[in-house]
Amino acid sequence: MKKLLIVDDEPNIVMSLEYTFKKEDFNVFIARDGAEAIEIVNNDNPDIIILDIMMPNVDGFQVLKYLKENKELKNIKVIFLSAKNKTSDIELGLKLGADKYMSKPFSVKKLVNEVKELLK
Amino acid sequence: MSSFLVILVIIIYLAVVFYVAFWAEKNSKSKWVNNPYVYTLSLAVYCTAWTYYGSVGLAATSGLKFLTIYLGPVIIIPAWILLMRKILRISKANKISSLADFISLRYGNNRFLGALVTVICVLAIVPYISLQLKAISETFNVITKHNIIANTVINDTTFYIAILLAIFAAFFGTQHTDASERHKGIITAVALESLIKLVFFLVIGVYVTFYLFNGPSDIYKQASILPNFNLQQSINGLEGGFNWFFLSMLSMIAIMLLPRQFQVTVVENDREKYLKKVIWMFPLYLLLFNIFVLFIAWGGNIIFQHQNVDADLFTLMLPLVNGHEILALIVFLGGFSAAISMVVISTLALSTMLSNNLIIPYGFLNKYSKSESSENTESIKNIRRVAIFSLIILAYFFYRIFTLNRSLVSIGLISFVIIAQLAPSFFGGLFWRRASSRGAKYGIIVGFIVTFYTLIVPFTIDSQMLSTSFVIEGLFGTGFLKPYELFGLQLFEPVPHAFFWSMFFNILVYAIVSVSIVGNYRERNFAEMFVDSTKYAELHEGAYVWKGEAYVSDIKEVLIRFLGEKRTERALNLFYMKNGISDTSIYADARLVNFSEKLLTGSIGSASSRILIASVVKEEEISLPEVLSILDETQKTKESNKELKERDKQKDEFLDTVAHELKTPITSIRALSEILLDDEEIESNTKKQFLSSILSESERVSRLINNILDLEKLATGKEKLDLKENSIKNTIEKSIDVVYQIAANKGVTLSFDEATAAKLLYDEDRIQQVIINLLSNAIKFSAENKGEVFIKTSFNKNRLKISVEDNGKGIEPNDLVSIFNKFYQSKNQTILKPVGSGLGLAISKQIIESHKGEIWAENNENGGARVTFTLPYKKQ
Repeated sequence: MKKLLIVDDEPNIVMSLEYTFKKEDFNVFIARDGAEAIEIVNNDNPDIIILDIMMPNVDGFQVLKYLKENKELKNIKVIFLSAKNKTSDIELGLKLGADKYMSKPFSVKKLVNEVKELLK
Repeated sequence: MSSFLVILVIIIYLAVVFYVAFWAEKNSKSKWVNNPYVYTLSLAVYCTAWTYYGSVGLAATSGLKFLTIYLGPVIIIPAWILLMRKILRISKANKISSLADFISLRYGNNRFLGALVTVICVLAIVPYISLQLKAISETFNVITKHNIIANTVINDTTFYIAILLAIFAAFFGTQHTDASERHKGIITAVALESLIKLVFFLVIGVYVTFYLFNGPSDIYKQASILPNFNLQQSINGLEGGFNWFFLSMLSMIAIMLLPRQFQVTVVENDREKYLKKVIWMFPLYLLLFNIFVLFIAWGGNIIFQHQNVDADLFTLMLPLVNGHEILALIVFLGGFSAAISMVVISTLALSTMLSNNLIIPYGFLNKYSKSESSENTESIKNIRRVAIFSLIILAYFFYRIFTLNRSLVSIGLISFVIIAQLAPSFFGGLFWRRASSRGAKYGIIVGFIVTFYTLIVPFTIDSQMLSTSFVIEGLFGTGFLKPYELFGLQLFEPVPHAFFWSMFFNILVYAIVSVSIVGNYRERNFAEMFVDSTKYAELHEGAYVWKGEAYVSDIKEVLIRFLGEKRTERALNLFYMKNGISDTSIYADARLVNFSEKLLTGSIGSASSRILIASVVKEEEISLPEVLSILDETQKTKESNKELKERDKQKDEFLDTVAHELKTPITSIRALSEILLDDEEIESNTKKQFLSSILSESERVSRLINNILDLEKLATGKEKLDLKENSIKNTIEKSIDVVYQIAANKGVTLSFDEATAAKLLYDEDRIQQVIINLLSNAIKFSAENKGEVFIKTSFNKNRLKISVEDNGKGIEPNDLVSIFNKFYQSKNQTILKPVGSGLGLAISKQIIESHKGEIWAENNENGGARVTFTLPYKKQ
């Protein structure tokens, strides 16, 4: 079973994602902010992360940077899922090494497909 | 050394210089070409062959006096950070291409004044150029034959060198028709030469000091026993002190107003900030150049004490007589490079003046206003090319015909004094509004006449050894008209003496005429812009004062003649865009008239462009108060434009934030409903949970929208307040009822001192909204189960004060004011997500302010936050 980490501070968004991926047979982990995400990454070594950008304390960009600086963590797939949809934000996200950048509001089906695609 | 070898070296050297210029012109964007170091080194064109050979000559014969030429610049250059900045700004804003243009523009595009300045400059500089040619020729002869012999023109190497220099200047100096464009090729080559001459001079200095002698103290020991040594190394008491003072003043003027200095410092300046480097690097350059002068001079005096060697040639003769020919060749090349960079820059500057301020405005304007653009630009370039060749050839024959047997320094100083005649008009124009064109003209003319009488005539008589009693007995044998002791003034040597008297009469006439005859409105307009340059320089065409009638098509036609159809079209479009003017207007306004004048200035000079434009527009006179009020207005418009832009930016940011805030709930709604729609096996409990989330997120959206609309209504005053007499106690209690449950859930206690029963005039719904907002904030920031929130009321004069405090963490001191801004939280923490809509306090503030009250935040004694608002209270 693939491990998937959802990082977002909006409870309702987390709820929808959790439901969807559990149904798709993922082992789902949840973090409410960046700091929590880093903790989970170190403990549970997920295969893929769905990462929000604007979060309290440690933001999504910082989490990604942390991943890319660690040898064991840098191969974890990352999909940014953010309401920031300016070209400059998207470019920054991809430059930092995210595998995919999706803007909110998003289609659940599309997201599921992207996740499966990345994990092939 | 064989002359063939020397010529070969010269040719190689010139080839390198040409190549560098060519390369720089090609790579004009390179950082090797555009930097403060190249700029500073190019200023060292100040150090000519005169510095190279003459300083040593002067130090050997008259001791310390040689220093004055460098002291002046060192004293004035720190002031450039203000003074030169002002000049640069004015020049850039007006596309000034020469000193003549600058002065002529300041006095209302005065054509005659521009021509006068040009003539003065040519008179001063041509002999100075011949001096450089003389230096090349003499040193060439010395190094090849060890003595100075005059040749005929045909076998004089100097003649061919002069021609090569003319080709160089003509080729690289006329790449653009617009003379205010930078000549990067020439400047880079000159900077390289400045480096070469400095290094070579240091080499010879080290050679003399440490190779021929055993260091400075050895030279000093041997030199100090020579006759006259002590006398030479002093400044000669008070009398000498005066001479020092005036010579330093003179060189202070020279470093700014010599045409070649104005060219490299102002016209060729790329960035204003280079000045910051120049103010210490250029004095450092001069210091390095002068370190060894005394030692070489003393060394020469010691070694040649029993021979008759021209002190000007010590630098060259010292290695020669000691058999070090390669070293002598290096010295020769250093002097050569000093001479040719001066010749090239001077002729470039003079040719621009000649074409733009003398030849075009007085001869070619008529022709130009009838011919095609391509012919015109070619013709303008040709005028400059011919001017460059004529100047150099003129200088060459000047040197051939007159026996210039006086020392190098003296001719240079005469040039300085002539150029100094421009100083009152130049500096006066920068700082004195009343200075008028007539004052400038008469001042310059009178000053020149005095210089002519007290310096040029007697000098010519002396140097050509004419037999006349004029110098010794004065004009018509009148004692107080002796040229070197005018009005019995015996204190000064000839140069400071001429400088003193010419400046005295120049300034006197300039001031008296300016004060007694008022200049026309054009002059006053430019006076205002030059004197108050910091205020107006950046306004460009906006600050232009002009009244009258003009058609765009007429002006366009003139522009096309000089710039061609394409460039005119491009320039005008840019102008329309920048100023937000419709390009269909038939009448030209002041800005267009000024813009067009400026566009032409670089190509044909300010006076000519003014005449050309004036020929197609009908101008009316304008009074001084009108001038001032127009200038002030443009200033204000500029400021309010800035404000508008700032407000636009804020609005954009606001919209950005609103969009983002709306997206978050919509994202949840979309995701949850998509699942509900697609997933048919969903459990009914989950389904219920999803639906209720959708409901609450929808409410969040509508709350946000309401808040924004609310704020908008309040801010624009669209919504009238429903003012009624209400009891504040009631209102507070009602508000507490609303939030009571939330507080109870979080374990926060609410307490209210019920002391006030006052009745005030206010909109109850709105005030309740404020209180609820403050209470929810307080509850939100209180710790769970430990939080305490107090509401207090008190009277203060005519105001009722209501405050809400909590025992939470308080507010960051930096945020105390800004928390009332819209979406402050999210703006302050761009990445981090705000809690709440971010509009509550902004709305509260708006409500309180529309009640004519105040609202502010502070931290209380226990560190918790306290927000207080007031409502006005009228006693019945």
